[in-house]
Amino acid sequence: MNVPSHLKYTKSDEWFDPATGKAGISDYAQGQLSDIVFVEILVEEGETIEAGKPIASVESVKASAQVYSPASGKVAAVNKALPDKPELINSDPYGEAWMIQLEGGTAGDVMDAAAYEKYCAERAH
Amino acid sequence: MINASPTLSADAPDQTKVKIVEPTIFELSSPGRTGVTFPASDVPETALPPEELLRPDLPLPELAEVDVVRHYMHLSSFNYSVDTGFYPLGSCTMKYNPKINEDTCRLPGFLYTHPLQPIETVQGNLALMYQLQEWLKEISGFAGVTLQPAAGAHGEFTGVLIMRAYHKSRGDHKRVKMLIPDSAHGTNPASVGMMGMNVVQIPSDSRGNVDLKALEAACDDTVVGMMLTNPNTLGLFDENIEKVIELVHGCGGLMYGDGANLNALLGIVRPGDLGFDVMHFNLHKTFAVPHGGGGPGSGPVGVAAHLVDFLPEPIVGIIEEGEDDLPPLYGFVKPAKTIGRMKAFHGHFGGGLVRAFTYIAMHGAGGLKDIAQYAVLNANYLQARLRNTYHIPYDRTCMHEFVAEGRFAGSDVRALDISKRLMDYNFHPPTNYFPLIVHEALMIEPTETENKDTLDAFADALIKIAEEAKTQPELVKSAPHTTKFGRMDEVKAARELVLCCWLPEDFSDQ
Amino acid sequence: MTYIPISPKERDAMLATIGVQSLDELFEDVPAKHRFPKLDLPPALTEMEALDELSGLAQANENVRSDLISFLGAGMYNHYIPSVVDHILRRGEFYTAYTPYQPEISQGTLQAIFEYQSLMCALTGMDVSNASHYDGATATAEAVNLANAQFRGKRKKVVISPTVHPQYRAVIRTYTQGMDMQLAGDDQFPITDYQPSDLLSLVDDNTCLVIVQYPDFFGRIYDYTKLIEGIHAKGALACIVANPTALALFKTPGSMGADIVVGDGQPLGIPMWYGGPSVGFFTTRKQFVHKMAGRLVGETVDSKGQRAYVLTLTAREQHIKRERATSNICTNQGLIALGTAVYLSLLGKKGLRQVAELCYQKAHYAAAQLSKIEGMGLCFSEPFFHEFALCVNRPVEEVNAHLLEHGILGGYDLGQDYPALKDHMLIAVTEMNTKEDIDTLVEVLSEVSHD
Repeated sequence: MNVPSHLKYTKSDEWFDPATGKAGISDYAQGQLSDIVFVEILVEEGETIEAGKPIASVESVKASAQVYSPASGKVAAVNKALPDKPELINSDPYGEAWMIQLEGGTAGDVMDAAAYEKYCAERAH
Repeated sequence: MINASPTLSADAPDQTKVKIVEPTIFELSSPGRTGVTFPASDVPETALPPEELLRPDLPLPELAEVDVVRHYMHLSSFNYSVDTGFYPLGSCTMKYNPKINEDTCRLPGFLYTHPLQPIETVQGNLALMYQLQEWLKEISGFAGVTLQPAAGAHGEFTGVLIMRAYHKSRGDHKRVKMLIPDSAHGTNPASVGMMGMNVVQIPSDSRGNVDLKALEAACDDTVVGMMLTNPNTLGLFDENIEKVIELVHGCGGLMYGDGANLNALLGIVRPGDLGFDVMHFNLHKTFAVPHGGGGPGSGPVGVAAHLVDFLPEPIVGIIEEGEDDLPPLYGFVKPAKTIGRMKAFHGHFGGGLVRAFTYIAMHGAGGLKDIAQYAVLNANYLQARLRNTYHIPYDRTCMHEFVAEGRFAGSDVRALDISKRLMDYNFHPPTNYFPLIVHEALMIEPTETENKDTLDAFADALIKIAEEAKTQPELVKSAPHTTKFGRMDEVKAARELVLCCWLPEDFSDQ
Repeated sequence: MTYIPISPKERDAMLATIGVQSLDELFEDVPAKHRFPKLDLPPALTEMEALDELSGLAQANENVRSDLISFLGAGMYNHYIPSVVDHILRRGEFYTAYTPYQPEISQGTLQAIFEYQSLMCALTGMDVSNASHYDGATATAEAVNLANAQFRGKRKKVVISPTVHPQYRAVIRTYTQGMDMQLAGDDQFPITDYQPSDLLSLVDDNTCLVIVQYPDFFGRIYDYTKLIEGIHAKGALACIVANPTALALFKTPGSMGADIVVGDGQPLGIPMWYGGPSVGFFTTRKQFVHKMAGRLVGETVDSKGQRAYVLTLTAREQHIKRERATSNICTNQGLIALGTAVYLSLLGKKGLRQVAELCYQKAHYAAAQLSKIEGMGLCFSEPFFHEFALCVNRPVEEVNAHLLEHGILGGYDLGQDYPALKDHMLIAVTEMNTKEDIDTLVEVLSEVSHD
């Protein structure tokens, strides 16, 4: 499982990059969902959102999930290419499959990579 | 024009290697054939409207009658069904569907009556519906019944609308929360979602009952009510049912009963007597209406006295009382505070109501109780036979079904594999991965219409598969081996989305 | 009579395996004071008696095959059903199967639904069809759900033509009770001079969906292309409720630019059965497929390299998405959808067109003859298919009572839903009506006008 150390993570498996303001779902989450076939971004550019607000809806072959914002701030960009290639979430969850980018984003209730890795390991049982 | 060739997408594996077992009806088409002809027009000809209002072509297949019959007969042979074998699908009540029901529902007087005929010309239909309403009331202990809902989920939606209307009629506008146990069918929260209400999930306790502490904490004056399946999807009758209902009523909420599992309760207990306020029936489960490969169902709803005025319109009533030899005049009545209409016309009359009526008429009170008792006997017998091989997480006397775990210590064989392997033994698999609160769930509902030999053969097969999981796990994990079709590439289906016999791009210019 | 195949001896052996003495012991979790109620039901009938009882009820009806000549339509139509249809529907392998959740042993149902989906796309001119809804009315209500989901609840207005079937409009009102939706249009225009383009005045930035019917409730045919352009200009979606038989003859809703096409499949080989079950077809554009409710069958391959079919995109549905699903619908009308597929396969390109033309010809003959009767006349002048509104200039109830005395089931009383159309009936004519039937209708109605 890939847990990049420069990112912050939520209990609901979103990641947030404090440096760029980008957010998406973790490698662990995509693995749990397995083959993702649909993603819809629920927020628009220019909107100001709170941490915990639903930002995207994801469906795989067997499961569905709501994605919540790991941070508060103004939505500077949404990944418009993602809905056409939802499988990117499986192949590159921290890169091409970013979902939104916040401007001046402040992280909500997040943990660092080490804590998140431990949190995922606990749930594997 | 239709591209009638197989339409796997371009990046699919070599198309020539995909074997076609049965061509589609479009691929079987040959221009110039037809399966029916109609008498020529016997009236003077009227010109058709201007061409710009007409379609240039009608891209339907062209086949002779024999082509059509053989095609659908081939397809029928690819199906597993109750008529061909044991179908222990939990929560679905796949009981035997008596053949007489197929005849009664096709009597010409039922088949060829129009839903908008004057009531004087359809007294047979209306008498049947009235009687069925009365019987369902008696069986369930409710004061009123609507036959209109088309299926269980539709009945649920009806029930939730009634609950909402009831609170609103009392000026009680702050109720927005529906309490739903974690073992519930997905339709429960989805019905609530359609109403803009919030779902509050209530956990189950270690015996599979509603967790009373959690329920108590959730009960306040914003509760619309609780939706409860009892017996629940673990097949267990809630040991605290009266307390649960008392708590919900205590905060002003209403109690909704999901009747999916009513087969276990016929003649055993009436949900209305327990204090449920609303419940939907699944005529296609409890009353042997066949499932039809996924529908049509039929989902009448029963309500307690305080909710009768909110039933959908119309319901069947007596317009004029009968006298001596004269039968009453039946007709439609509109409940005073009705939530409105749930579908066009009067419900699944032919497919659902006539069959269920026939079934109840042939059982009577004693026969109905037998159904529940033997359904529960069969489930407990299977549970007893499998208890030492499969872990049963909530192990107590079950009702009409039970849930086992489809996994073994030290093995990576899963419930899905066990299910697929059962096909090799010529059984339909149980429901799997539901309820969500059991790991690798195998939910087994034998119904009352299976004999001991069948149940024994099924138990033997499951015990053998458990052994195979230890000794030959690959055999189980790659099952089924003996069926005409193997495991499906579901990812391909979802990613490439071929949803009709041609690609939309080829066709959109039509 | 029961269908329980367990002998007393076997029962006792099973009880012993379970470890209880009696069947009653299995029910100790049920509160004692409510356990084993005495149900007041009539004594059980044998099969012979049940058939007799049911036959009696069926014969207490007057049916449109042997007792009455029918000119009643209004959403359900008396068409000929070829014998093959019911022979296929009576195959136990089809009707006693469950939802095809186990594709390895359900390919019959799955391929049949896939073909049904394809046939519906062919008829409507749309990209995708789901596996069906309960009926035309609920399919129309599901179109509202799709539109609401598509705009994520941000557009709250649905504009409905007053010439959409009154019961369909009623169902939409029921379905949307908890959705905070504004329904507009169905009571805002004088019905006698209403034109579909009038709806555009109600379509705004808050509108998610506009619903029209084709042919409309009065049987009229319109080309909705311009209207739909106007709807799209406001960013809203357009839904057409269509009669499938009419689609064999008239321009497809797909070619008019519709986003959603729904309707009732009953005319396609399904008996009227006093109103149900029928089947609601639901077709849309590919880009809306994820917001469409209901089951969906897709093509794939199996592990043996064979073409096969599965339920796909199931994560949209209630059993996975639960309260976030577009709809709570669980079943489809599987068996009825199969019936329509068999019907369409049999009739095919030529047969369905022939049925549509017969309906058109006979309805136009009837309209021409009826409008010659003194004091009666057609209400509208637009092109129509197989139904038309006839002014009878006296209470429809009276007229229909008179017709019934002559063995004729008269038209639908339009005054029930449209006060301005008091004394108007909606007459439907299909291939089942002979010239003689129509001439009889004309004759009896002429008598009425002279009374």
